[in-house]
Amino acid sequence: MIDTRRRIYGRPTILADRSTHYCSGCGHGIIHRLVAELLDEMALGPRTIGVASVGCSVFAYDYLDVDFVESPHGRAPAVATGVRRVRPDAFVFTYQGDGDLAAIGTAEIIHAAARGERISVIFVNNGIYGMTGGQMAPTTLLGQRTTSSPTGRESSSTGYPLPITEMLAILPGVSYAARGSIADPGAIGRTKAMLRRAFEIQLSGDGLSIVEILSTCPVGWGMTAAESMEHVAQDVVKIFPLGVMVDRSTAAEH
Amino acid sequence: MTTRAEATPPPVRPILMKGNEAIAEAAIQAGCDAYFGYPITPQAELLEWMAHRMPELGRVFIQAESEIGAINMGLGAAATGARVLVSSSSPGISLMAEAMSYMAGSELPIVLVNVMRGGPGLGSIGPSQADYFQATKGHGHGDYRVPVLAPSSIAEMVDLVATAFEIAERYRTPTMLLTDGVMGQAMEPVIPIYRTPERTAGGWELTGADGRMPRVVRSIHLQPEAMEGHNRHLQAKYRTIEECEVRWAGERLEDAEIAIVAYGTSARVARTAIERARESGLAAGLFRPITLWPFPSRALASLADRVRAILVVEMSAGQLVEDVRLAVGDRTPVHFHGRTGGIVPTPGEVVEALRRAWSTT
Repeated sequence: MIDTRRRIYGRPTILADRSTHYCSGCGHGIIHRLVAELLDEMALGPRTIGVASVGCSVFAYDYLDVDFVESPHGRAPAVATGVRRVRPDAFVFTYQGDGDLAAIGTAEIIHAAARGERISVIFVNNGIYGMTGGQMAPTTLLGQRTTSSPTGRESSSTGYPLPITEMLAILPGVSYAARGSIADPGAIGRTKAMLRRAFEIQLSGDGLSIVEILSTCPVGWGMTAAESMEHVAQDVVKIFPLGVMVDRSTAAEH
Repeated sequence: MTTRAEATPPPVRPILMKGNEAIAEAAIQAGCDAYFGYPITPQAELLEWMAHRMPELGRVFIQAESEIGAINMGLGAAATGARVLVSSSSPGISLMAEAMSYMAGSELPIVLVNVMRGGPGLGSIGPSQADYFQATKGHGHGDYRVPVLAPSSIAEMVDLVATAFEIAERYRTPTMLLTDGVMGQAMEPVIPIYRTPERTAGGWELTGADGRMPRVVRSIHLQPEAMEGHNRHLQAKYRTIEECEVRWAGERLEDAEIAIVAYGTSARVARTAIERARESGLAAGLFRPITLWPFPSRALASLADRVRAILVVEMSAGQLVEDVRLAVGDRTPVHFHGRTGGIVPTPGEVVEALRRAWSTT
């Protein structure tokens, strides 16, 4: 008799078997899982060196069972550059939030991209500084209330949301730039495909790959978990449209 | 990592070497795997030497986008167990302070060179020793110490580069080579004696968790008890360094009645001043700290019991002198002579300062 059962869902081996410290409705849990699934599926775990940044996701190494180095705030692409250059065979990724990558770390990400560093950047954009109590980020939407823009972000004094992935996409050193979200199961599947492509491009020897992932911060946004997902799907995507911005890689797609 | 052209044998005759280039070549011969830097006067030749030499050896060279980028690349490379050199001059070292604190907390071995120039601010490009506080009392935030080595000749520079890698790796700590614009720019004949420290795997390096538990290199310990425990561990390590790594040199101290305390370029000026003072009958000697931290306090205190006065000579408004006063206490009077802004004291003015100090005894 043929056993027709097959495993369709389980915990990736890379994903630690413990509860996260993340708030209910936070997107980090989903994104960690996507990364863990891909590292498993692509058999990359034993050669991975992750670079953790500053913010809620500094503890990514508690949930992803791979080697990790903690970076100072915003410096992850420089740290990853150092790792990459002395470890040509490693799989190297950074995991950065929007305060980290789009504010304090702009010089490091732009120049890692300009050099075409062979690293993959996972850029989690929830439009707010979550860990420090919900302050305005460069990616905060106009009109959005935060603890440091209490009457709503105004362009006259704080400028406009920073489309940094679009900015990076014009650089020839960037082999792949895309923006996904975790707002619904379909979007999660498409985001996973983007991450897979980004990882494949690193393995192929091409330049920097970045996937921006629109995520949530229900506590910082003053919303329920469900409302925050709805907000991403309805509002945030109007300012930060989803899709592949550039794919310069000649690596075959799988 | 592959290395094609390996270490060249040392020359038998003296060669003319510039300080910055001597540091760079000594690091290469010491087995430096990766160098990260950013142009700044007066250390640019070090970067240029590495730009030329490291790629031809199949090693890593990057001119970073900033000193912040350079030192964080160093952090990443060091986290994998690579032997890493980063260099800069005073304003650039200020920018590296953040990462130095992270690397001290994360216990990463790295060698950082500061070719000091005049400050504060953009200051001048002339030689200076005004970063003594910064180097010895901590560049960034938090309770940490960094061993600081101060050569006063190019031959010693070559030797101390290897020593710096040894200390960095033995104690898993950032280590600094502190020199100045004169030492960096001057050329002198030298028979460089290169050393390549042994490599030992520490079991903490990030290499990919292949067949072992994952490793994390980090400085964060959010629980206060855990953070204090980590601080205790670091402090215990610093006490060991204070016990085992103190280095200093004495010259003409046997019969000295007055001693100059100076390091680096100031020590060279002091040496000439001591000769002149002795010609006129004043028995002066030189106490030269080679490690600025750990400071040779015990040796200096014991010297202070034997001399009638101490004169500290620095290219700063008075920084080393504070450590000297702490070590000497009320054993003997401590006098000070300093120049700032990129000016090197002349032997003549040091002799004058010696005479003034002597006249008060």
